[in-house]
Amino acid sequence: MTSPSTAPGATGAVMIRMEKVEKWYGTYHALQDINLTVTSGERIVICGPSGSGKSTLIRCINALEHHQGGRIEVDGTEVGASSKGLDKVRAEVGMVFQSFNLFPHLTVLQNCTLAPRKVRGIAPKEAEAIAMKYLERVRIPEQANKYPGQLSGGQQQRVAIARALCMTPKVMLFDEPTSALDPEMVKEVLDTMISLAQDGMTMICVTHEMGFARQVADRVIFMDKGEIVEQGPPETFFANPTNERTRTFLGQILHH
Amino acid sequence: MIRQFTSAEFMFLLMAVRWTLLLSAIAFVGGALGGVLVALARTAPYAWLRATAGTYIQIFQGTPLLMQLFLVFFGANLFGAAVDPLTAAAIGLTLNGAAFLGEIWRGCIQAIPKGQWEASTALGLHYVTRMKEIILPQAAKIAVAPTVGFLVLLVKSTSLASIIGFVELTRAGQIVNNATFRPFLVFGIVAAIYFVLCWPLSLYSRHLEKKFGTVSR
Ligand SMILES: Nc1ncnc2c1ncn2[C@@H]1O[C@H](COP(=O)(O)OP(=O)(O)O)[C@@H](O)[C@H]1O
Ligand SMILES: [Mg+2]
Repeated sequence: MTSPSTAPGATGAVMIRMEKVEKWYGTYHALQDINLTVTSGERIVICGPSGSGKSTLIRCINALEHHQGGRIEVDGTEVGASSKGLDKVRAEVGMVFQSFNLFPHLTVLQNCTLAPRKVRGIAPKEAEAIAMKYLERVRIPEQANKYPGQLSGGQQQRVAIARALCMTPKVMLFDEPTSALDPEMVKEVLDTMISLAQDGMTMICVTHEMGFARQVADRVIFMDKGEIVEQGPPETFFANPTNERTRTFLGQILHH
Repeated sequence: MIRQFTSAEFMFLLMAVRWTLLLSAIAFVGGALGGVLVALARTAPYAWLRATAGTYIQIFQGTPLLMQLFLVFFGANLFGAAVDPLTAAAIGLTLNGAAFLGEIWRGCIQAIPKGQWEASTALGLHYVTRMKEIILPQAAKIAVAPTVGFLVLLVKSTSLASIIGFVELTRAGQIVNNATFRPFLVFGIVAAIYFVLCWPLSLYSRHLEKKFGTVSR
C-alpha cells in the first residue's frame, strides 16, 4: 500500500494544479513560486519547519488565504476567478484544522448536517442519514447527540473529519490534525486518516507524523521559507534526501 | 402658593414611571435593531462599511447625549417637522443606543475565535448562514450580560428627556418640586424609584456575567 500505483482512487486526472503561486502577507513573502500538481487519489504529505508556509499553501487551495500571483485550479475550476467558482471549490474541498474548530453550540450531529443542508440543499432527514454514515465511518456514532465540549480531543478531531466528509468532498486538506492532541489520542485520528487514504480519498496532509507519511503517502513534500525545496515518494525522500535543508530537518524530527 | 407633598404628589411621580419605562423600551428596541446593523457593519468584509459605522459610533460616543437630544428635537422643528418631546427623545436615544450597543456587540462578534469563521467558510457556508447559524448564536451568549448592563444606563439616560420637556419621572419630579418646594424629599424619592428600577437589572447582569463567563463550551 506504499506504492503510488496501488492508490485505489488514482485515475491520473488532475485534481489540484498550482502554478507559480505567490503569496505575501504585507511585505512578507510567504509562498514563492509554488508549483504543485495533485492527481485524483493521490496522497500528499507536506512537512517543513514552523513558519515555512505549509498552512498558507493549503489554505490558498480553498481560498481561506488569497494568493496574489500565479494560478490555482481545483478539479478544473480556477480559485479566485469568480465567487461562483469559489463556492464550488469550497464545497468540494474538505478541511481539517489543528484546533478542530467544531461549532461548540451545536451537537455533533448538527455540526455534520449544517453544511450539507445549507450548502447542498439536502433535506434534514437525508442529511442526518449521511451524517450518521460518516460518524460510523470515524467510529463515533454513539456521540451524535453530544456537544463537542463533552468529547475528548481525539473524538473531536474525528467529528471534524466526519463533518468535512459529509460534504462528500473530492479533496481533503489536513493542517497538522494531530498536533493539538494528547499522545494517546494521535493514533485514533491517524487510523481514521489511513483508512480514508486506503479508500482512495485525494489528500494533502500537513503533518510531522513520518510514520503516517511512510505508510500512506504517494509523495512527501518538504517546504522551507515559503518554497517547495524537495519532494519525492517516501522511500527515496526519507532514504536519500538530496537537499541539505531537508537532511537537517529530517535529522531533527526523526532522531528523537 | 406652596402645596404639601401628599400621597397625590407621590402617585403623580409613580405614574410618570410608565413614561420612563415606555421611553426606555422604545429606545432599547430601536437601539437594538440599529445596534445589530452597526455591529454587522463594523465587522463587515467591506472597508468602507466598517469605516462608515466607525464614524457613526465616534460621533455618538464622542458627544453628550443631551446635545444629541437637543439636535434631534430642535433640528426637526427647525426643518418644519414638528416632533413632540417623546418622539424626539425616542429618536435621540435610539440613535445613541445603536452606537453603544453596536460597539458592545461588535466586541462580542469579534470575540468568537477565528477558527469558527474559518471552519464555516471552508465548509462553503455563505455570510448570512455563517452569521445566523455559527457566529451570532455564540456571540449572543457573551452579549447578554453587557446588554443588560447597557439597559441600566439607558433607563437612567431617559432622565435627560426631561430637558426637552418630556414628562417622565425626572420631569415629574421637577414639577412636583416646583409646587411643593421640597427638593430633597422629592428628588430623593425620584432617585429611589430609579434605584428600584435599575438595581434588579444590575444584579441580573452580574448574575448573567457569572453564568456565561464560566461556561467553556
Ligand atoms: N495572517 C497572517 N498575517 C501575517 N503573516 C502571516 C499570517 N499567516 C501566516 N503568516 C506568516 O507566514 C509564514 C508562514 O506561515 P504558515 O503558513 O502558518 O507556516 P507553517 O504552517 O508552515 O508553520 C509565517 O512566518 C507566519 O508568521
Ligand atoms: Mg501551520
